[in-house]
Amino acid sequence: MSRKKLSRRQFVAATALSSAALITAPYVRGAYAAGKLSIGFWDHWVPGANKASTDIVNAWAEKEKVEVQIDYIPSQGNKNLLTIAAEAQAKSGHDILAMPTWWPHAQAELLEPMNDVMDGLIKQNGEPNGTVKYLGQSKGKWLAVPASIGSQIKGPCSRIDLMKQHAGIDVQALYPAGGPPKADSWTLDTFLKAAEACQKGGVAFGIGLGETSDNVDTAGAIFQSFGAALVDEKGNVTVKTDAVRQALEYYKKLIAFLPPDAGAWDDSSNNKWLVSGRGALIMNPPSAWAVAKRDAPQVAEQCWSHGFPAGPKGRYAPYLSYFWGTWSFSKNKEAAKSVLKALSQPDAIEKMCVASGGYDLPCYEKLTTLKVWQEEGPPKGTLYHYPNPHNHQTLSIAAAPAPPKIAQQIYTQATLTKMCLRYHQGEAMEKVLAWAEGECEGFMRS
Amino acid sequence: MADVALQSNRAAQAARKRGSLHRMLKRKSTMAFLMTLPLILLIATLVIYPAFYALHLATLNKSMQRFVGLSNFEFLFRRETFWLVVKQSCIFAITAVIFKAVLGFIIAHFVHNIPAKGQRKWRGMLLVPWVIPPAMSTLAWLWLFDPSYSAFNYTLSFFGIGPIPWTGDAMWARFSVILVNIWVGAPFFMIMYLAALKSVPEQLYEAAAIDGANWWQRIWYVTLPMMRNIIAITTLFSLIVTFANFDIVRILTAGGPLDHTHIFATWAFRIGIEGSDIPLGASVSLFMVPILAVAAIFILRDVNKRGNES
Repeated sequence: MSRKKLSRRQFVAATALSSAALITAPYVRGAYAAGKLSIGFWDHWVPGANKASTDIVNAWAEKEKVEVQIDYIPSQGNKNLLTIAAEAQAKSGHDILAMPTWWPHAQAELLEPMNDVMDGLIKQNGEPNGTVKYLGQSKGKWLAVPASIGSQIKGPCSRIDLMKQHAGIDVQALYPAGGPPKADSWTLDTFLKAAEACQKGGVAFGIGLGETSDNVDTAGAIFQSFGAALVDEKGNVTVKTDAVRQALEYYKKLIAFLPPDAGAWDDSSNNKWLVSGRGALIMNPPSAWAVAKRDAPQVAEQCWSHGFPAGPKGRYAPYLSYFWGTWSFSKNKEAAKSVLKALSQPDAIEKMCVASGGYDLPCYEKLTTLKVWQEEGPPKGTLYHYPNPHNHQTLSIAAAPAPPKIAQQIYTQATLTKMCLRYHQGEAMEKVLAWAEGECEGFMRS
Repeated sequence: MADVALQSNRAAQAARKRGSLHRMLKRKSTMAFLMTLPLILLIATLVIYPAFYALHLATLNKSMQRFVGLSNFEFLFRRETFWLVVKQSCIFAITAVIFKAVLGFIIAHFVHNIPAKGQRKWRGMLLVPWVIPPAMSTLAWLWLFDPSYSAFNYTLSFFGIGPIPWTGDAMWARFSVILVNIWVGAPFFMIMYLAALKSVPEQLYEAAAIDGANWWQRIWYVTLPMMRNIIAITTLFSLIVTFANFDIVRILTAGGPLDHTHIFATWAFRIGIEGSDIPLGASVSLFMVPILAVAAIFILRDVNKRGNES
């Protein structure tokens, strides 16, 4: 058996070389020198919209030498919510995960604070709207970064021709393309009269009373227009108030002019109602109009997105925000923050908004007047007022201003639409209020 | 010499060991255990572990940071909606199982009486609702029941009937979800009952006919007693599956209108996943266990009793 002898000189040389290699290795920029990053984006409704986010991330990854894996997670069947719950339980998963509306607060204890990212973005893009602050902040801490992808206003989308014909309302005159709204007359009373006229004309307003988001959002905005909240910001139950009673009375009158099956509507029912030409108005982001553009161009040509009617306490519109959150157990937080900054640059946001056909809505005040909303059509200017460019209405979310963890329960359990439906079906006002009060007390669980 | 003796002793011991291992492996129970081991492991991983994990979750507070014992159950017992869900789950499961059993029994008799040549075709066709994934077939039902564009309502309109709020009215919505569950589940009863019918000895019917038994008496005194165990086990199995149903209700009504079609699984999902209250959701789903356990004990006890009698 032969054994090669290692000389002292050889040993010293080998040791020196190995040490040098070990010390310098982190500074050598290989193809993926900055590690790996996994992202779970929301899978966009709009065909081709995912490509814009992929391109932005890939360009960033190439520059930063990071290996990126992107998963597009659909919200159909609540797949995204299941993923959030599973990753939170497993304490393992994507470095960045898209979270809708209430989920940053629901997972607040497990999320990496994003103040360092948000401070720079706010300086650059302007203040985020109030709903985003309400949903994305807790005790001065940003829980996640607001995402433009998937964020939306669910305002009215009216049929220009039918509103003129049956209600005598010119929505283009109220909300002219390229100019500020002239909508002082666009109040809840006008809205009710228009609903009645359109229902009599056979083209009822397509507003649902089911338990899904679209239905709850509309009810939320109308309740807020009356100053009605079931729980206040301090967590006190405020169901038995005059404002809530007024909102319920109003809804009872409105329901009489809605489709008789509105109680069974889900989030697709209103879209179908508009696209099939059966209704004069729905409350939706421009996705219904985009489908009409493809499937029923004659309907799309008559669609106009605009502001909510004003109530006694103001003009409120539902804003639903998506966020990008990073888990506190994420393995590459620095890279995650870096790519979130890249995704929140004005040019990146514009690129994503264009790819979504104007559906996505950034929350920052300097980014509500992008060209895409001015140019999209037909008819040209149909989306001009969609992003609330003149701050004509207060953006809010149903169940606000209750503390978000309580509000989430009110929202998810559709307490508002259930109250309206119960009252409409003949239950006494006080009984409905007592039921809602009991529900809200149950939502206080911590 | 001593060495040789020691070696032969060791060899004998080893041979004995090998022999006992061989005997153990040859034992039927050992082989049965080894062959079922993969399944036992699978069940342990996918059923027993999640079950205990659900128990653990049910004892935590909403943010899952504190042990709260049985407080979640206490909380549920005070909720009006919870008792509505309990009531509805019972109505849903019991009504659906009764109708599935009755329909399955009737159809099994029809199929049994079809000549053997054409029977396979009918058996195959009648099994279709059961073999299609319910999530898919329920989507088709959703289109049939659609609030605004119901194909049923369209057809009924030719007869001046309707429109019927299939999913918009509490009673009709309950009817709709139960109907779809019966449609999906009846073929299972049919095939089990058909198998049971085929195993009833023909001589018993012949003897009954000689005794002058009519059609009803043959069913009551021959068919039903011979099928009792199958009926009991099928009913138990279906009761468990129907109680735990999720997809049909979730797709058709999502629990609405006004929570009037929620059953345990759909309400647990609403609370646990959509409402981010996983401990409470786990508690709701666990509430099925005692109800089903009581049903299982009664039904299986009856089966055992009959087994011992025979």
